[in-house]
Amino acid sequence: MSRPRAHIVGVGESRYTRWGKIGDVTEHALACQAIQRAVADAGLSMDDVDGLASFAEDRNEAVFLAAELGLPALRFGNMVWMPGGGGGCAAISNAAMAVETGQAAVVVVYRSLCQGQFFRFGTGGMNAAAPADPEPPKLQQAKSLMLASIGFSMPYGLLMAAAAYALPTRRHMHLYGTTSEQLGMLAVTFREHASRNPRAVMGGRPMTLEDHQASPMIADPHRLFDCCLESDGACAVVVTTEERARDLAKRPVEILASEQGAPKGYAFGPFSNANIADELYATGGCEEMAGRLWSKAGLGPSDVDVAQLYEHFTGCVLMQLEDYGFCKRGEGGPFIESGALAWKGGSLPTNTHGGSLSEAYIHGLNHVVEGVRSLRGESTSPVDNAEVCLVTSAACVPSSAILLGRR
Amino acid sequence: MSERFFPDSMPPPLADTTTLPWWQAAAEHRLVVQRCTSCEHTRLPPAPVCPECRSADSDWKEVSGRGEVYTYTIVHRPIAAGQELPYVIAVIALEGAGGVRIISNLVDVNPDEIEIGSPVELVWEDMSADLAIPRFRPMGR
Repeated sequence: MSRPRAHIVGVGESRYTRWGKIGDVTEHALACQAIQRAVADAGLSMDDVDGLASFAEDRNEAVFLAAELGLPALRFGNMVWMPGGGGGCAAISNAAMAVETGQAAVVVVYRSLCQGQFFRFGTGGMNAAAPADPEPPKLQQAKSLMLASIGFSMPYGLLMAAAAYALPTRRHMHLYGTTSEQLGMLAVTFREHASRNPRAVMGGRPMTLEDHQASPMIADPHRLFDCCLESDGACAVVVTTEERARDLAKRPVEILASEQGAPKGYAFGPFSNANIADELYATGGCEEMAGRLWSKAGLGPSDVDVAQLYEHFTGCVLMQLEDYGFCKRGEGGPFIESGALAWKGGSLPTNTHGGSLSEAYIHGLNHVVEGVRSLRGESTSPVDNAEVCLVTSAACVPSSAILLGRR
Repeated sequence: MSERFFPDSMPPPLADTTTLPWWQAAAEHRLVVQRCTSCEHTRLPPAPVCPECRSADSDWKEVSGRGEVYTYTIVHRPIAAGQELPYVIAVIALEGAGGVRIISNLVDVNPDEIEIGSPVELVWEDMSADLAIPRFRPMGR
């Protein structure tokens, strides 16, 4: 007997800006705007929505948004525990489980981010510009498991993601000869894709490999242009059943498979996983999860027509390419160099919206939005006859992924 | 003997009752790893249960403080006021620790000369009377 299959039927977003540029609208108002646009895109009414799901410790609690949006009843309010961007596809997965099991009929997955209104990631609440504490530092009481854990990274200055994810990337370079130029080619490719995307924060800012190599070093080997943007904005994705999806406004996109994964000892990624197995350290940690994903869908890497791969940093994309089997271990650099990720002529057009490096950093939920558009034929860098799209959420940290199929 | 490498404004560590014994040993300039008394597996950071045999019984094994660079990053952005740039964060594979690695800093080092696999040794930085942080420098520096 076939089980009900969840489908994505609507996507929407607010405007995307540089970090701290949205000050006239609250973060939760922005979430409401993205949710309303996604629901309208689906041809549904807000009265149809009975579930809300998010991730990355979203400050905009579903219960308040449900009240603000006037949902008749919130049947499913859900938050993923995979850290940060690792939870994007997992939130889609949870929404899919909810509609497939009848826990809810229409679930909207959302993410809203206005870091300027709160605090900036990677500072641990510290401010380098603040005057030095006149008191010598003392051991303090950790009031959470997270704080006790980062007690073993914070006193060394390991708070910034650019430094944390540099650690596995540097070891990958050591083991396989991966170069900064190969990482740079990836950033240049995604910037080119952004040039056609009116939503992209960096759409009007072309980049050459020379620009990448000249960009300031942040945390070696990460130059500025190896790092994702820091953005303000919100986006949302509407998930419902196959039956409901049949007669809605847009071509539905099927969720063929979804998986979450954290290898043994992974904890919070390179902030805390210095003791994972040696063979895992210079990888994205997604290989086992990728195997489960392919197996569940009955597909393999060669079936993917277009990919939207989470990029917090260029090296993490390179390692995902190996983890998901698009190339062999250690060959991510030459694979990128071959032009494989390019919209025009590439064997695996990737991040056709420009990704977090060039469209916006909305914790990767915008990669799901682009995955849907790429299968609807709505992408600004369309891939002809694309039928299967891989979307991933993070790497080198507990992560998640979905495979989307054109209907 | 102790030296200072980082300013007082460096973020201080936080500890709970699971991790506190490690910090107390550090204050006495003893670098320890947690050892399962059931299966001998060693681990860091301290955790309530052995991830291999799931025993809750453990003791603390002092290690030499020698090790080698497993990976590193040279950081050009300050995390604390008055910090010298760049500074180096490294993962050190500790000698005689059953394969345990520790996140720390490389100090007294020319960033251009860092190599994965190169030998390092422990140096304690006393941040205050009851707080010492283990950092590492090239062997024989």
